[in-house]
Amino acid sequence: MRLGTVIFGSLMHGVQVKLDPGRSVEEIAVGRYVAIKGEKKRFFGMITDVSLEAVDPRAMVMPPDISDPFIAKVVSGTTTYGKISVLPMLTISGDAATMLEGPQPAKTVPAHFSEVQLASQRDVELVFGPEDRQRFYIGTPLDMETKVCINMEELVKRSNGVFGKSGTGKTFLTRLLLVGMLQKSGAVSLIFDMHNEYGWEGKSEKGHRVKGLKQLFPGKVAVFCLDEAYARRRNVNVDHMVKIGYDEIEPEDIALLRQTFNFTDASIQAIYGLARRFGDKKWFESTLTLGEEESKKVQKEMEIHDSTWRNLRRSLMNLQRFPFLMSHAPDDAVKNMLGYLERGINVVLEFGSYDDISAYILVANLLSRRIYTQYREKVDISDAKGNKEPVPMVITIEEAHKFLNPEVATQTIFGKIAREMRKYNVTMLVIDQRPSGIDEEVMSQLGTKITCLLDNERDVDAVLTGVAGKSELKSVLSRLESKQQALIFGHALPMPVVVKVREYGTPESYKELGPLAGDGKAKTDKLDDLWG
Amino acid sequence: MDLGLKVAEVVETSSSEFLAQCYELDGAPALGSMVRTKGKDCEIYGIVCASATHSVEPGRRIMARGQGAQSETDVFKANPQLAKLLCSDFRALVVGHGRGRSMYQYLPPSPASIYAFVYTCKSEEVRDFTKSLNFLSLLIDTRLPVATDEVIAAFLRLASQTQQEPQDFLVKAGKDLAWLLSNDIRRLDSILKRLRNDREE
Repeated sequence: MRLGTVIFGSLMHGVQVKLDPGRSVEEIAVGRYVAIKGEKKRFFGMITDVSLEAVDPRAMVMPPDISDPFIAKVVSGTTTYGKISVLPMLTISGDAATMLEGPQPAKTVPAHFSEVQLASQRDVELVFGPEDRQRFYIGTPLDMETKVCINMEELVKRSNGVFGKSGTGKTFLTRLLLVGMLQKSGAVSLIFDMHNEYGWEGKSEKGHRVKGLKQLFPGKVAVFCLDEAYARRRNVNVDHMVKIGYDEIEPEDIALLRQTFNFTDASIQAIYGLARRFGDKKWFESTLTLGEEESKKVQKEMEIHDSTWRNLRRSLMNLQRFPFLMSHAPDDAVKNMLGYLERGINVVLEFGSYDDISAYILVANLLSRRIYTQYREKVDISDAKGNKEPVPMVITIEEAHKFLNPEVATQTIFGKIAREMRKYNVTMLVIDQRPSGIDEEVMSQLGTKITCLLDNERDVDAVLTGVAGKSELKSVLSRLESKQQALIFGHALPMPVVVKVREYGTPESYKELGPLAGDGKAKTDKLDDLWG
Repeated sequence: MDLGLKVAEVVETSSSEFLAQCYELDGAPALGSMVRTKGKDCEIYGIVCASATHSVEPGRRIMARGQGAQSETDVFKANPQLAKLLCSDFRALVVGHGRGRSMYQYLPPSPASIYAFVYTCKSEEVRDFTKSLNFLSLLIDTRLPVATDEVIAAFLRLASQTQQEPQDFLVKAGKDLAWLLSNDIRRLDSILKRLRNDREE
């Protein structure tokens, strides 16, 4: 469908397109795709703004008599006209690069008076590629039926982020992404599931239950749980209960809870001092079991201020109340998890009723650090021996700004993973509602960002930092619908796209979202692919 | 009009317009209607932009004669010489020319021939000629004895009646005018309103 012609513009701010007479601005929506027929190339871009114009400013002061339908018809598109801004993003030409690598990023703009059309289904398919062994269908572009597919193998090569205000469908979108990773990325996931949404089953916005990963991929997902009572109550099929020994808690784990427990620098120093005094494995338990006399002695010797000491003890006691913490854990949760992960089985850790942020931070950090260390060792060993590297791993964390805020990002393992990225085959999927709270350095390292509606100026800025056409995308982002719509951009996609996220939770959707046909076979065996 | 009647003869000619004297008193075609005459190797098309009836002799004034008459026709009956002493003529603005089956919407290389017969245009001719309205720019910029806007509006009204979809034709013409008059909204408005009056009748 022809929309109009290019009249002026620039690569930086996009080109301006005058709508043809007969095309109403009301038919246009920001975020839709257009194809521009240049002299030698076809350009593919996104509508970022719509405006009303008049050839003569006097027409606005003395409007023609549009109560007469005839006059209204005559002046529309001539004296007054609609204009849209289009950000050209890709070029599709017949040259060798396009043939081999698909559409290329636009490095110029179409010539004057090039014809602009709404992108056809075929154009969109050409840009995002068909659904295949690597590409996962995530949703449809606005007002179109074509599938937008994300290349999952590319996606997991870098850390990614899912952002959006509360209630805009982050969980829903994450669940889909996790399914996509399971189906098509060839990576394993370790998911810290704070609100018990992903493992066994979750709840949709309307309140009915939807299947979790374990129900969709029974053979490829192991559910770990911190809360035995919860698992029994909800009839969750749990593979392992997780217990953590006091001897596993290191000073760094507590230091991370700084914001949650209002620790001062002195408290943090005291924690490290205690670890030195009692030993890394015993400090936590020892500090809690000190009698009044001994306490005073320690306090005096280590020069800890009374209020600091009391706050520290109170905080540690708070943690001690979690039943999953015990002086010595009967089995090694980290080893169990690694066992599964190495076999390519995804691990979801459900927190049960302990959806307290301090428990989440403590456990996620503690387990991830260990797993990461061991993973890293394995990569180093395989590198040295020239063996096959372990499967890539993606760690999913929620409330990411608690782990990745500028104050702690340098200390947590997650900050490290986000920065060092894929060197050790470990990446992250961070989920958050306040992206402005996340350290800039970490944000800049995220490969693909998937964002639902955000309306806080700082959050929008944080998400769009460093993206070409930021101000144009801003208007798109802040006009997303509050449900089922997301703007996706970054490494795994050739260009930003606004999608209406696909269905999840209906019996038909489960059919498509389960294991792929022939998935039980080893993926490396390419011959198998031939026979499906 | 549909018959393509021979109505007049060119008595004064220039590149941009011609004056034609009618064979019959008051026989000038309607203001804004299309007429055809001959030029060197081509048919020349014009739009009637002014018409008048006056004395054949420039110095002789016409006197009122109907005081005792019952009707206007009685005046002519009582004074049969009047038909010879008076004459009607009209000016046509040249808007294009045709050669064979082709129509060109710009001025012909040479003006209409003197004494060439002038015919009213048939509906098909008007339809053919108005397939494109490029000649409107010729009209807009010309200074005429009659208000140019009146001539344009009259022409478009008449031309629309020869079309299968008169309303669509008027909208298309209106849009072309809107482009041409993009810096003069008031003038555009006044022409468009003249087109509207016609439609309401």
